[in-house]
Order: sequence, then C-alpha cells, then structure tokens
Amino acid sequence: MEKDVNIIITDRQGKDHEISAPTDMSMNIMEVCKVYDLAVEGICGGMAMCASCQCYILSNHELPNKTPDEEAMLSEALYVKSNSRLSCQIKIEKKLEGLRIELAPD
Amino acid sequence: MIKSDIIIIGAGPAGLFAVFEAGLLKLKCHIIDSLPMPGGQCAEIYPKKPIYDIPSQPEILAGDLVSKLMEQIKPFSPGFTLGEMAQSIDKNSNGEFIITTDKGTQHQAPIVAIAGGLGTFTPRKPQLDRLKEYEDNGVDYIIRDPEKYRDKKVLIAGGGDSALDWTIFLSNIAAEITLIHRRSEFRGAIDSVEKIQFLKNNNKIKLFTPAEVFKLEGKNSLEIIYIKHREQEKKIEIDYFIPLFGLTPKLGPIADWGLEIEKNAIKVNNSIDYQTNIPGIYAIGDVNTYPGKLKLILCGFHEATLMCQSAYSRIHPKKKNILKYTTVSGITGFDGTRKEAQKSTIRAIE
Repeated sequence: MEKDVNIIITDRQGKDHEISAPTDMSMNIMEVCKVYDLAVEGICGGMAMCASCQCYILSNHELPNKTPDEEAMLSEALYVKSNSRLSCQIKIEKKLEGLRIELAPD
Repeated sequence: MIKSDIIIIGAGPAGLFAVFEAGLLKLKCHIIDSLPMPGGQCAEIYPKKPIYDIPSQPEILAGDLVSKLMEQIKPFSPGFTLGEMAQSIDKNSNGEFIITTDKGTQHQAPIVAIAGGLGTFTPRKPQLDRLKEYEDNGVDYIIRDPEKYRDKKVLIAGGGDSALDWTIFLSNIAAEITLIHRRSEFRGAIDSVEKIQFLKNNNKIKLFTPAEVFKLEGKNSLEIIYIKHREQEKKIEIDYFIPLFGLTPKLGPIADWGLEIEKNAIKVNNSIDYQTNIPGIYAIGDVNTYPGKLKLILCGFHEATLMCQSAYSRIHPKKKNILKYTTVSGITGFDGTRKEAQKSTIRAIE
C-alpha cells in the first residue's frame, strides 16, 4: 500500500518483526504494535502516563521532539536509555519509512 | 469471614457499576481492590483527564466519573476491602467461593465477578542491588501508615504527585526528609511544586536534583543510602527509603486460579453472560476477552449488567425474574433509602 510505511520492531525476545503501518489512520507506534499483537500493553491508552510502551530508537530517523509529559514519564520509568521514547507519542508518518525500534523491557 | 452475594474483584468503573445492577436485583456486593481507594485506573493513572465517550456525559473527568459511580451505588451499601489483593480462591462444602487476600481477609459468596482491569497495581521498583533484602526492612513502596515515619530519617525518590504530596506530608512528621528526582522538573500539581520549593527554601526538606540512588547499605536493615547528585556521590544515613515511581498493573495471582487466559485476559462467554470457564466466576470490563472485545468503560457497564442477571439466576434458580425499569420501579436501597419517579397528578380543568 502506498500509504503504508515499513517499520522493523525487535520484540523483547530479540525477534525482528517487519511490519507495515498505515499513515492515514492517525495511529501511533504503540497502537501499531498492538494491532500486530506485539507485547505492548499501552495501559494508559497513549497519554504518556505509564511508560508501558517504552522503546529504543535504533535508526537515525528524525522524530518529533518529546513533549514535557513524555520527558517527565521517561524520567520516572525504568530501563531508560538515551534513545528511549514512548512509542505512543510517535505518530506514524511517511518519514518513518525504514524506522527500527526495539521494545524496552516491561 | 465477610459474606455477600457477589464478590467483585476490582473497584474500577465496571466493578462499581456492577454493584448498582446487582442492587436492583437485591443482590449484595463486596468489592476487593489492591489500591487504597476505589476507581481503578481512573483514580490511579488519570483522575484529572477527561473522558468523552461515556453515554450522556459529553465530557467527564475520570475522577469525577468514579465519584458519580460511588454516589450511584451508595444506596446498595457495598462492602469494601481496599488495599488488599485477592490472592487465592477456594470452594467450601456448600459450593460457595472463598477468596482470601494477601493480608488474610476472607470473603465468601456464591458468585465471583472479576473486574480487575489490567490487573493489580504493583509498584515499579528501582534497579538496585540488595533491594529485596531491605523490602519492608527500610524500603517501602506504598505509604500505609505515615506514623511509622515519625522522627525517622526518610528519603523519597520520584517526580510525580505522590512523591511531592508525601514529601510535603511527611515534612511535619519525619525527623529529616530528603526528596530526590532524576531531573529538576517535577510533574505534580502546581501548588505541590510551589510548596516543595517553599519547604526547601526554609530548610524543612532536603532536595537533590538531578539525583539517583545507586547503592543501599545496612546490616540488619537499611542504614545508608548512596546517591549520585550532579556527578557527585553522597552518603546519606537513613531509616527509610521510599521509591515512588508509580504503579503498573499485573494480572497477578488471578492468573493461577485455573481460568482460561488468552493474551493476559480472561476468556469469557460473551454470547450469554460473561462467565468464565469456571461456573459462578464471571469476568467483566478490561480484564476479559472475547471475539470483538473493546476495552471501553461503556462496554464494561453493559457486561456488568448482563453478568448480574446471570448471577441472579444462579443464586435463585427457581425464581422467575423480569427486567424492571428504574423509571417505573424506582430504587430501594439496602440503606433504607427510596428513590422513585414523582407520581403524576390528575386534575380536571374546568
């Protein structure tokens, strides 16, 4: 599909999943993970309030800046690294083609 | 032993509304929840966030929804066991369920409704060596009795509302209170942040940011905590370390009750009554799964309603039951209150 982008997600067992995500459904990466049954809880539903969708960004894609809410949540979460993001705060868009991420431990 | 008709596990919206529907059928409920207050996720994660898809409520804060539900179920006098986790389930010789909590409180009922959402909220723990050794021996994740900290040296870590609120509260109780956070910004309510600033300026508390605990030490209990503050290591003598990094839900002991589980949720029969594979045990709200499941509060309300009708038939197999409309029948509470529609007045016009 032209409107889809391909993303590679490494799950918590180290297995890679190449998935295609729609850019026209207002979805974020957390939601895409759930659609593909990857073990992401997304407890708070995408409000940057639980960190259950934390991931590490492995590629050099330009991503939207962290909002103060995301910064605050990541400052409290565990297993945080310099490349940590909350996947619920990253909207699926064209420029994410080829993005590689790894799910953080839960 | 606390006896009721239905034991509800989970005091979130679905569990609370089940009390109302059960009450209409004259069934008495008792709710168990591991959190110290009712409301589940709505109270713990997002009490100040608006919800837009509750029928007839164009916008309602999650915390207000919980308050409204508590008001709605008040006539049916539900019992509550809060701050305790449903641990084990057994059956007695009458075929009734006995649920025992982690604190040993026992509950008995012929019906169990699991409305546990995403599970029991458990504290997020910092990654520190020897942490386990000091749990309940200097390290607490939840403050149950503030008096425990009177005249003690306490260190709280965290940057959210609970870290701020407890620091403020304990500043009047503890001998010494230190608050540390990984960064300088806090995301609590503005007045809490201002209060902390005031306490710090007046030397009532010690505040270190950005700072992190990296080592715990002590012979029989926690005695010393090491923190890294702006690249410098500090040694602090301490009686209690309270990490407040939020709570995260885990299905917990329910997962071992012999219920059919699929993707961390309990499988139910959605075409009839949301009963699980164990007769008499139902699962409603976010905790259940079935084809087409939607984790929405409004779906939880529907599931609670159907569950109660089925529970009534199980409790009273020989009694005929017919759906009654509250507008017609009113509500008769177990507390003696009565609500009903005003009687229409018929008068001739001459």
